[in-house]
Amino acid sequence: MSGASKAEAVLEVRNLKTVFFTNSGLFRAVDDVSFSVRRGETLAIVGESGCGKSVTALSVMRLVPDPPGKIVGGEIILEGKNLLALDDEAMRKIRGNRISMIFQEPMTSLNPVMRIGDQITEALRLHQDISGKDAWKQAVDMLRLVRIPEPERRAQEYPHQLSGGMRQRAMIAMALACRPTLLIADEPTTALDVTIQAQILALMVDLQKKLGTGLILITHDLGVVAQTAQRVIVMYAGRKVEEASVEALFENPLHPYTRGLMASIPAVPSLDAKADARLVEIPGMVPSLTKLPTGCAFAPRCRFAVPRCREEYPPLGDFGGRHLAACWRAGEMAEAS
Amino acid sequence: MAVINFDAELRRAGAEATHGWRRLTFLAQRYLLGTIGLVIMVLFVAMALSADLISRYDPLAVDSAHRLAAPDARHWFGTDSFGRDVWSRIIYGARISLAVGLGSTALGASIGVIVGLASGYLSGWVDLLFQRITDILQSLPLLVLALVMTAALGPSLPNVIIAIAIPLIPTVARVIRANTLALRELPFVEAAKSIGMSEMRIALRHVLPNTLAPLIVLATAQLGSTILTEASLSFLGLGIPEPYPSWGRMLSESAAEYVRVAPWLVIFPGIAISLAVFGTNLFGDALRDILDPRQRG
Amino acid sequence: MSEAQPLLEVTDLVKHYPVRGGVLRRQVGTVHAVDGVSFSLAPGETLGLVGESGCGKSTVARSVLRLVEPSSGEIRLNGEAITRLSKSELRPYRRSMQIVFQDPFASLNPRMTAGDIVGEPLTVHGLASGERKQERVAELFQQVGLRPDQMKNYPHQFSGGQRQRICIARALSLGPSLIVCDEPVSALDVSIQAQVINLLIDLQRQRNFSYLFIAHDLAVVAHISHRVAVMYLGRIVEISDKAELFANPRHPYTQALLASVPVANPRIRRLTPLVEGDVPSPINPPSGCAFHTRCRYAMDRCKLERPPLVEASAGHQVACWLNDGTGRANTNP
Repeated sequence: MSGASKAEAVLEVRNLKTVFFTNSGLFRAVDDVSFSVRRGETLAIVGESGCGKSVTALSVMRLVPDPPGKIVGGEIILEGKNLLALDDEAMRKIRGNRISMIFQEPMTSLNPVMRIGDQITEALRLHQDISGKDAWKQAVDMLRLVRIPEPERRAQEYPHQLSGGMRQRAMIAMALACRPTLLIADEPTTALDVTIQAQILALMVDLQKKLGTGLILITHDLGVVAQTAQRVIVMYAGRKVEEASVEALFENPLHPYTRGLMASIPAVPSLDAKADARLVEIPGMVPSLTKLPTGCAFAPRCRFAVPRCREEYPPLGDFGGRHLAACWRAGEMAEAS
Repeated sequence: MAVINFDAELRRAGAEATHGWRRLTFLAQRYLLGTIGLVIMVLFVAMALSADLISRYDPLAVDSAHRLAAPDARHWFGTDSFGRDVWSRIIYGARISLAVGLGSTALGASIGVIVGLASGYLSGWVDLLFQRITDILQSLPLLVLALVMTAALGPSLPNVIIAIAIPLIPTVARVIRANTLALRELPFVEAAKSIGMSEMRIALRHVLPNTLAPLIVLATAQLGSTILTEASLSFLGLGIPEPYPSWGRMLSESAAEYVRVAPWLVIFPGIAISLAVFGTNLFGDALRDILDPRQRG
Repeated sequence: MSEAQPLLEVTDLVKHYPVRGGVLRRQVGTVHAVDGVSFSLAPGETLGLVGESGCGKSTVARSVLRLVEPSSGEIRLNGEAITRLSKSELRPYRRSMQIVFQDPFASLNPRMTAGDIVGEPLTVHGLASGERKQERVAELFQQVGLRPDQMKNYPHQFSGGQRQRICIARALSLGPSLIVCDEPVSALDVSIQAQVINLLIDLQRQRNFSYLFIAHDLAVVAHISHRVAVMYLGRIVEISDKAELFANPRHPYTQALLASVPVANPRIRRLTPLVEGDVPSPINPPSGCAFHTRCRYAMDRCKLERPPLVEASAGHQVACWLNDGTGRANTNP
C-alpha cells in the first residue's frame, strides 16, 4: 500500500470537464475534477447515481457518447501522453491495450454469439501481432489466471453457458489480456451476489498486486471501497468534494456529505442496536444537475451549512497529508476530530 | 478549446421551457424536418377544409372550350381532357385522400387495439386464435387484399375505407400485443392485481394508456401508406368512383394518354400524393423521437 | 409470537416451474423455485428473508400475495387458508396484505397522477370517492413524507426515493396488516435508502403492521427485522431472532454470507471468500443438502440426506447436519 506512493503516476487527470446537452438543458456531468492513479494503486471513486463517477470513467476512455456528451476541458495524461490530444485512430490503439474497462453488467458486456475464447483472442490480436493459435493459448492462460476452472473447455463456451460470476471473471480476463497499465472497473460487483462479490473483489486485488495495474474502481458501496482502495475520491453533483487515503477518509471524513454517507449505511450486525433502530439519514435528495443551486451543491441538504455555503462554491483545500475537501467548514471539522 | 457558453445558447433556444409556446418553438427548432412535415399536413388539412373557398372552379364542371389547357393565370394547374380545372380537383381530392386516410387509419387502429389488447392480456386460446388470423391476413399483400375487398364490396367511399383498414389491423394488433405482453409483467400491473383490481380495469386503465405512444407513432406512419393505397386503388380503377376527384384516379385517367401532350395532368396529382405521404412520414419520425421516453430529459 | 395467533402462517410452500424445450414445448425439467418453505409472522413483527439471486425469496413473497399460484402448501392469513380461494373470494383478503416492489420506476403507472395511483385502491374497494378520497389521499401523502400538492404530479416528476414513498402510500391506503417488501431499497441511492428504511420503521411503530421484508442486503435486513430467515436454493436453511443469528450464525451458508459483506472499515481487511463457486442451478438442485457443493464442512451424509430444519436453541432453527443437526461448526469460521 505505502510502497505505491513512491511509484510514478500512470494516469493524471487535470481539471476534467464533461458536459451533456439534453432536451431539458445542459448539465456539467463532470466539473473540474482532477486526480491521479499510481502504478499498482487502487483509486476508488464513490458517489451516488448522477454524481458523475461513471462519466469520469468514460471520459478517461474517451467513450462519452457524443452527442449528447462532450469533454470541454482539462487534460487526461496516460503515461505522459495527453489522451485528449490524440486522434480517434491513436485512441483506439490505447483502448483495450493500455487502458481497459469492465462494466457492471457482465451479460450485456460480452458478445452473446461469440465464444469466450474468441472474444479474448480478438482483443489480443487487435493490439498485438501474434498468430491465432498463440492468441488462443494466451486466452486460455488468461482464463486460468482469473481462476476459471477447466479454462480449455470454458474458452470454447458461449457467454450464456457461464454463470454471472464466471462471466465477470471472463470480462476481467479480457480486460487484462493485453496487460494494460490502467484498469477501470465501473461497479464491477454491483450486479453480483455477495458471496460472488467477495470472490471477484479478492481476485481483482490479487491480480492487481501480481500485474501492477493501476485500478480505478467506481462504486457506490463504501464497504467495497474500504476493502480494496488505497485512495478515495468522493463525488457529489459532478464535483470532487473530498479526496484522501482510505484510512484518513474513514477515520476522519471532512466533508459533511461523506460523513452523511458513512452514517447512513446500516452496519452488520447491529447487535447492540435495538431491533428496529432508525438510521441516520441525509435529508432531501440529490439535486438535478440542470438546476444546481448557487454555492455548494450539498448546502440544501447539509446540517452544517452556513450562509456562505449558499453563496460561494468552496474551493478544495488540503487539510494535511493530501486530504482534500471542498467545504467551508472542513477546517473546523478537521480540528474537532 | 474555444469557450462556448452553452447555457446561454440553450436558454435562448428555450430549452428549459416545459410547456407553452416557448417549448413548442424549441421543439420546432430541434425537430426541423418533423415541423416541415407537420406544416405540410396542416396545409393539406386546411386545403381540404376550405376547399369551397379556395377552389376557383367547380371540380366537376366540364368546359369543352378549354380542354387540356396548359397552366396559366386562369387555370393555375391547367385543365384535363374534359376541361375540368386541375387545381380545384386537387383541392377537392385532398378531401377524399384525407377522409380515406384518416378514416381507414382510425378504423384499422381501433380494431387493432382491441384485438392486440385482448390477445396480449388474455393470452391462452384467444391469443392463439387472433394470432393465426393476423398471420393469415399478413401473408396477403396489402394492396392485393384491398383490391379483392373493393372488388367484392363495390367501389364507394365507405367500402374503400373498410378495404384499406382491414390490412392495417394485423400490424397494429402486433404492436399492441407486444407492448401488452411487456407491460403485463411490470410491477405496476402486479401492484394493481395485489389491490384486487379486476382484469378488465387493469387492461383498460393500466395497460392501454401505456400503449398509446407507440400506437400514435404507428398510426402516423400508416396514414401515409393509406393515402398511397387509396391512390393505387383509384389508379387501378377500384377506388372512389367517378366523377369525384381522387388523386390516384386523376393520375390513372391521364397517365397513358396525355402524359406527353399535357404533363401537368400527371405532375400535379403526383406531387400532391408524394407531398402528403412525405409530410406524414416526416412528422411520424419526429413524433417517434419526441414520444420515446428515453429522449425525455 | 407463540402466545397469540400468527398473522401469517406459511406451511410447506412449494412452487415449481416447468422448463419447456424443443419444438414440441415438452417439459424437459423443473425449476425448484421454492421447495418446502414454512414460517410464521406475528402481528407487528418484521421477518427478514435473505438470500442470493435465485434462492426463491421473491417467489415466496409473490406466493403469499397469490400473485404467483403456489404448486402446493398452505398460506394462512389470520388463521384462514387463502391458498385455494378464487379470485373473487380472495378480494376482501387483499385489503389486509399489500406489496412494495423493488423498482420504483416500473411500479408506478407512468400515465397516472400520483394522487390517482394512491387513491385507486380506495376506488376499487369502494372505500371512498370524491372529496373524501382526496382527503384520504392527502393524508396518506403526508404520512409518507410527501406534500399533498404533489398529488397532481406524474411519476416521472418524482425522484426514486419519492416514488418509493408513493408505492408505500398506495400500500397503506387499504389499511393492511401485512406489507410485503420485495427489495424495497435496493434500487435506491445510499443516502435515500436510509430515508425509506426509517419511514418503514416509523410507520410500523405507528400502525403496528407486520413486514415480510425481502432483501439480498444483509445489512439492510439486519437493521429493520426482528427475525431473519436465510434462504438457499428454495429452502430456508436458518431462521432465528436477529441478534442471535448475527451473533451466532450456525449454518455454514449464513456464516459465509455474513463474512462476504464488505466491512466499511479499511483497518479490517478480510477479502477471503468463504465459499467458492457459484450458486447451482435450481433446475437440478444438488442432492441432500443443496449447499454441500460449496460447503467447506460438507460430509458424506450431506450429499445423501437433506437436513431438516430443527430447533438448535430457543427460537433458532437451522438445517445442517453439523454436530448432530445443531448446525454449529466444529472450527471457528
